[in-house]
Amino acid sequence: MTAHEVSRGYEIVVGLEVHCELATNTKLFCGCANQFGSEPNTNICPVCLGLPGSLPVLNERAVEFALRVGEAFNFDVPERSVFHRKNYFYPDMPKNFQTSQYDEPICSEGTLDVDGVTIRITRAHLEEDTGKSTHVGGDGGRIHGADHSLIDYNRAGVPLLEIVSEPDIRSAEQAARYVEELRATLLAIGVSDVKMEEGSMRVDANVSVRLVGATEFGKRCEVKNMNSIRSVRRAVAYEAERQIDLITSGERIMQETRHWNEDDGRTHSMRSKEEAFDYRYFPEPDLVPVEPTAEMRSLVRSQMPELPAAKRERLIDAWAITEHDARVIVDVPGLAEYAEAAVAVLGGGTPKDIVNWLTGDFLGFLNETGTKLDDSNLRPAGLAELVGMVVGGSISRNQGKDVMADALRSGEAPVAIVAARGIAQVSDAGALSGVLEVVFAANVDALDAYRSGDDKMKKKKRGFLMGEAMKATKGDGNPQLLNQLLDQMLEAL
Amino acid sequence: MPEVPAPLTRADVMHVAQLARLAITESEAELFTEQLAVILDHANDVASLDIDSVVPTAHPLPLVNAFRKDEVRPSVDRDEVLRTAPDALDHRFRVPKILGDS
Repeated sequence: MTAHEVSRGYEIVVGLEVHCELATNTKLFCGCANQFGSEPNTNICPVCLGLPGSLPVLNERAVEFALRVGEAFNFDVPERSVFHRKNYFYPDMPKNFQTSQYDEPICSEGTLDVDGVTIRITRAHLEEDTGKSTHVGGDGGRIHGADHSLIDYNRAGVPLLEIVSEPDIRSAEQAARYVEELRATLLAIGVSDVKMEEGSMRVDANVSVRLVGATEFGKRCEVKNMNSIRSVRRAVAYEAERQIDLITSGERIMQETRHWNEDDGRTHSMRSKEEAFDYRYFPEPDLVPVEPTAEMRSLVRSQMPELPAAKRERLIDAWAITEHDARVIVDVPGLAEYAEAAVAVLGGGTPKDIVNWLTGDFLGFLNETGTKLDDSNLRPAGLAELVGMVVGGSISRNQGKDVMADALRSGEAPVAIVAARGIAQVSDAGALSGVLEVVFAANVDALDAYRSGDDKMKKKKRGFLMGEAMKATKGDGNPQLLNQLLDQMLEAL
Repeated sequence: MPEVPAPLTRADVMHVAQLARLAITESEAELFTEQLAVILDHANDVASLDIDSVVPTAHPLPLVNAFRKDEVRPSVDRDEVLRTAPDALDHRFRVPKILGDS
């Protein structure tokens, strides 16, 4: 895991363009529902179909969300931003242009800290998403060789925020981490559901390489079609190596767009000849400028939640948990709030105990069963109860795991499960001594070896006997007490 | 002050026509080269003025922040829209093969 990767004397230079769909109720310029997975062409109207005479009206919430992004990434929010028409002919936009922002975006010059390194963000601008094309006939749904295409305009006009970084990223890992941090923050501020697999967050990477110490950038290739953070990491790493291979074998890099293929783990050229696009941007005459007022900005500021980086830091300090655990807790939506609710009613044990139970069996269960956190049967108070019983010694750790599994399946309260199933940790010294006597009788050889052995042997045999004793109690024995009794009995040998 | 651009050529006109997907004839290309040159000359006149103190006009109306509440309005009937399309299939617009940038 490095922030600055050097391969064969070359360093990797990456800039990322992230498109995220804003989680508004309606599209950017019309009242059609912004909804993923609707029946084709059911969320369409004259505006998003670009019918003559229709006029766009800007969605207030999209502006508010853009301003939230402005706050979250320390952007400058210019006094004024305007929309432009980006002209091109392609059936995914029925108007033959996309309404976007050009030289006056809503946010400019922000930053994102990634593991202590500040990555500069050039800009974030509002634009409308395009329709979805399905290419029919030909090879694997690609344009090439297709017979015709079918267009669904439900997505046309959905608000997008395009967030463009400076070429400050120096490794594939750092690129992946940038996307992770960006995604966690966008999710936390509630502006997007950032699902890469559903396309509500899309990442394009501009990748180039140059000799370490060079001041000029190399020719770059834009890599598209990365549908997960893992594929961002893989695609950037692959593309950099491909470019270094070319350069070291004396060939030239062609500036082009390349398509990441998850299956073969390579990037492929999308066009043989890249024509410089001529989008002929001009100001959109049907929309007036946006000038965020002081009121709008202070309202947005007052609604900002705690950002993931700050939350992690706070929990690491307050709960004495590791960076890794804090990341897990903060990255799963709602899990930090869940943990805080459990910690608030803690009846024994520490916040770290709560976190350990959450990041272990609890998340494991949710992942295995596909259960959403909000739908989980075990609520924070129940978890606190369970941790209290384990730490207090009335049930063992293993019993606790069983009780948690049961609670997650049945929805019964942990105390009720413990009572109904008669689960209890054996903490009776007499009973545990009895168990140890039986174990000693059955393992005379081990005892002999203990008696005559050196410290290392003693330790080994002691561990063995302890294991046998726990086994004999079926894991229900109180380990602290059992340890204590075992030591006493071994001393008395 | 912006540089005065090179005079408009016939090739420029053909390029613009291509971008706009307009098939123009030889004589139209001649005509438009002349006519567009006149318009660009005028633009060059304007460009020669000192306008450093003038704020760019994004919109002729003195209006900003014309917003709409984020409330869903009914969409239009799909079948009705698709009936007006040149071609449709499976509730979607059917378009001819999409060619590259040739």
